Amino acid sequence: MTDLTDLGVAALRDGFRKGDFSAREVADAFNAAVVAGRALNAFLVETPEHAAAAAEEADRGRASGELRPLSGVPLGIKDLFCTAGYQTTAASHALEGFVPTYESTVTAKLFGAGAGMLGKLNLDQFAMGSSNETSAFGNVISPWRRKDGGNAPLAPGGSSGGSSASVAARMAPGATGTDTGGSIRQPAAFTGISGIKPTYGRCSRWGVVAFASSLDQAGPMARDVRDCAILLETMSGFDPKDATSLDLPVPNWEASLSGSLRGKRVGIPREYRIDGMPAEIEALWQRGVDFVRDAGAEVVEVSLPHTRHALPAYYIIAPAEASSNLARYDGVRYGIRELPEGAGLQDMYAATRAAGFGAEVKRRILIGTYVLSAGFYDAYYTKAQKVRALIVRDFERAWENCDLLLTPTAPSAAFPLGEKSADPIAMYLNDVFTVPSSLAGLPAMSVPGGLDAQGLPLGLQIIGRPLDEQGVLDAGLAIEERAGFSARAGKWW
Amino acid sequence: MSVDATTVRKIAQLARIAVTDGEVQAMVPELNNILGWIEQLGEVDTDGVDPLAAVIPNHLRLRDDVVTDGDRRDEILKNAPQAEHGFFAVPKVIE
Repeated sequence: MTDLTDLGVAALRDGFRKGDFSAREVADAFNAAVVAGRALNAFLVETPEHAAAAAEEADRGRASGELRPLSGVPLGIKDLFCTAGYQTTAASHALEGFVPTYESTVTAKLFGAGAGMLGKLNLDQFAMGSSNETSAFGNVISPWRRKDGGNAPLAPGGSSGGSSASVAARMAPGATGTDTGGSIRQPAAFTGISGIKPTYGRCSRWGVVAFASSLDQAGPMARDVRDCAILLETMSGFDPKDATSLDLPVPNWEASLSGSLRGKRVGIPREYRIDGMPAEIEALWQRGVDFVRDAGAEVVEVSLPHTRHALPAYYIIAPAEASSNLARYDGVRYGIRELPEGAGLQDMYAATRAAGFGAEVKRRILIGTYVLSAGFYDAYYTKAQKVRALIVRDFERAWENCDLLLTPTAPSAAFPLGEKSADPIAMYLNDVFTVPSSLAGLPAMSVPGGLDAQGLPLGLQIIGRPLDEQGVLDAGLAIEERAGFSARAGKWW
Repeated sequence: MSVDATTVRKIAQLARIAVTDGEVQAMVPELNNILGWIEQLGEVDTDGVDPLAAVIPNHLRLRDDVVTDGDRRDEILKNAPQAEHGFFAVPKVIE
């Protein structure tokens, strides 16, 4: 029998339906892979009983002729999603011991569709980071290694680093991620998997620990484009509990998938050709251009003039929203409390927050507090929101000349853990290609495009018009069919 | 614009995060480095541009003014570091 952990979401779903294997066998295989992969530190909480219970329900359902969209499929859940009865920490000491009494809308939809949960996945603390090094519970180690024999542990990307590592290491066939400035796409690129951030408002934010509410979007991470389409269909949909949820029907993305780009125009934004871009990234991008052309698309150059201002605008807006959102961690309602001897209420707040938040989270809260403070609000926050409006306008103008945009996902392959952790701005620059589409709320996806000279995966990003997830997925499929990406991390763990 | 140790202490106080002198000393150059970098937005001509309010046009919904949720006191208190007599408990605020 084939190793069940070699199968993706579609293959598991379809094989289970055909009776090739039971859901319980699948859950057992992945539960064992989770245990065997502990060296990667991808999971904060293992929940084999949840996966097994969902599998047994699926097996009973199959016997009685009741099949649900994700029956037989176990998933990893980023520990930013509240899960009823299972600790949810956002990888922060601030929420240590927090066991939600309710289920996030996205996980409720996945579990309602028959999926089981393998465990809660590690991430950058409160999703703030690009390497998973800000987690209070240790780094996630990428399953990939450079082929030069130096076994330096590599970053799995961030913030969805547990999600990317678990899928790349075959510990989960798919996982949930969240993306605020690139947190699905950059880790997907670093680990040779696919991931899509849908249009802002497609997936409910209810029950997802908030970082920057005008940017946060959930999305799937999986081994290929079809698997992403399947998971996204279940995760999406209107939710009255989220004021920014879009009240629109969810298209049948999987059924409509097509790798033909005939009649489509794919734009190449010239401002993404940044100074000092490695030749390998240039070459990858050119390969992507050849792929989409081969799939029938017309390739056109477009201009997004405010691209280079996107990152600084993001690092005003996201910390500002974070400073407001994270005000709730006060030691009163949930999470940890620090109460120094004789302390009053204000001292308790300050001591609790000092003990609960990690260095990067504090840094962003302080930046956010500063840019929102009296006398600086207009100079920083209002200015950044004006620049954001210009970035949105850039994209609107580009859509007059093309249907999709093609760019690299990240400016480099995965870097060694520790390489950038001392320099916040160097870390922030990792998101240079992903942040603009986040600021504009656009659907965007990363798919593997090839390997660099060290044998590490590189990702290509497709950005689409608002609500055109289908166009993004189709272009992703066109690239996937042509890239023939079959490399996987050699098992050393 | 740049921050000094006094400003960092003030921001930390506004954010309700206790900081040691050593942390303040470390944060001053760190925050100035980031603030210096985001200052480049000053180059962008934004005259006549309205700040963005919503990324995807969406209307704010109204719903009927009826009770849809509630009666969950014990659930809500379940994760409280200290709950007493059906309330969140905090250090004494009023003498």
